[in-house]
Amino acid sequence: MVKEIERAGLPVVHMCAIVPISLTVGANRIVPTVSIPHPLGNPQMTAADEKELRRRLVRKALRALETEIHGQVVFDK
Amino acid sequence: MSNQKLKVVHYLNQFYGGIGGEDKAGHLPEERAGALGPGQALQAALGTDAEIVATVICGDDYFAENLDGALHTVITMIKAHAPDLVVTGPAFNAGRYGVACGAVAKAVFEELHVPVVSGMYHENPGVEMYRRYAYVVKTGNSAADMRKAIPAIANLVKALGKREEVTPETHAYIPQGLRKNYFHAERGAKRAVDMLVAKINAQPFVTEYPMPHFDRVAPNMPIADASKAKIALVTSGGIVPKGNPDHIESSSASRYGKYDIQGVSDLTPEKYATAHGGYDPVYANLDSDRVLPVDVLREMEQAGEIGVLHRYFYTTVGNGTSVANCAAFAKKFVQELVNDGVQAVILTST
Repeated sequence: MVKEIERAGLPVVHMCAIVPISLTVGANRIVPTVSIPHPLGNPQMTAADEKELRRRLVRKALRALETEIHGQVVFDK
Repeated sequence: MSNQKLKVVHYLNQFYGGIGGEDKAGHLPEERAGALGPGQALQAALGTDAEIVATVICGDDYFAENLDGALHTVITMIKAHAPDLVVTGPAFNAGRYGVACGAVAKAVFEELHVPVVSGMYHENPGVEMYRRYAYVVKTGNSAADMRKAIPAIANLVKALGKREEVTPETHAYIPQGLRKNYFHAERGAKRAVDMLVAKINAQPFVTEYPMPHFDRVAPNMPIADASKAKIALVTSGGIVPKGNPDHIESSSASRYGKYDIQGVSDLTPEKYATAHGGYDPVYANLDSDRVLPVDVLREMEQAGEIGVLHRYFYTTVGNGTSVANCAAFAKKFVQELVNDGVQAVILTST
């Protein structure tokens, strides 16, 4: 799906737990997430902390969408 | 090893290892003596030629999320048995399992220097990533193919045990992308001209060097400023309105959903859930924002951090769903996104 979205001309960021799969699939902008069953959350945290974690990850995704790249980039910082 | 039984160690995930389903996918590596689950059928097919001395089991999520640590533990367990050969899977079209089977294969290949046999569906991401390190028997896309996969794996294990010559053609494994030098009866120039003549005459011929198929799409230019952009959410994590109104299948999905989130600021457990059958749904069902971050994007929209959150999100279940289906879904809905003035997409996967 990520490739077809890119092919249609829209920048797309793939947020996923297993980066090697994302690289194999051909995503260009990749943001690693927390875990498979809860990529954008962590049930061990308090609700407020969990939301803050999610906000940080989504902000990272937005920065990835604002970054010019020339190949596959994993935004893990 | 000519007169001795071939010593085999088998790697399985938590499901085939009999530990449990997705709720046990976080299971830590452990080992059991002898053959287990599909290993029992494999042992029967191997007969007296080989013996599965141990089975190492690890949960798919645990492996994927702790790659280095899990791999180290698994390899240490395998190494202790000094196997002549290692079998992983078969994983069919299970992505996490295929990647785990492949990663184990690579480590065995590099550290133990013994052959590895696995089995996967050709679209499994583990194939592309790790086919160099294992003999990956071609299987169907689900465990329904176990009946055929086991004899094929056994056949290959026996041949490797006897040090017989194996090829992708004779032993039905996925080409490893390795080249072997040998002397051909005819020189290259003649073979090339013969192929060309055959081609001109519309006669069949077999290329000696198939062109690799790289389907890569170059990254698009970035958005200038997220605070002015219209951003859409897409997921393969199966988030749907509770009750799954469009009946998106829990695996091998044949359809996707498009759902209106105008005015929605939080994906509550009363209204949203996941239809995905390939991961433990407990966390997503309690709070679907953990997969599809509508809550924080809505807040960011109000705070001016993003321009607009697109009114619709698109969703499917990326669980054994064919690449062809996923590409077809996206091809269709991305035109709607473009027509609706969406400027960038956040795609989440589980």
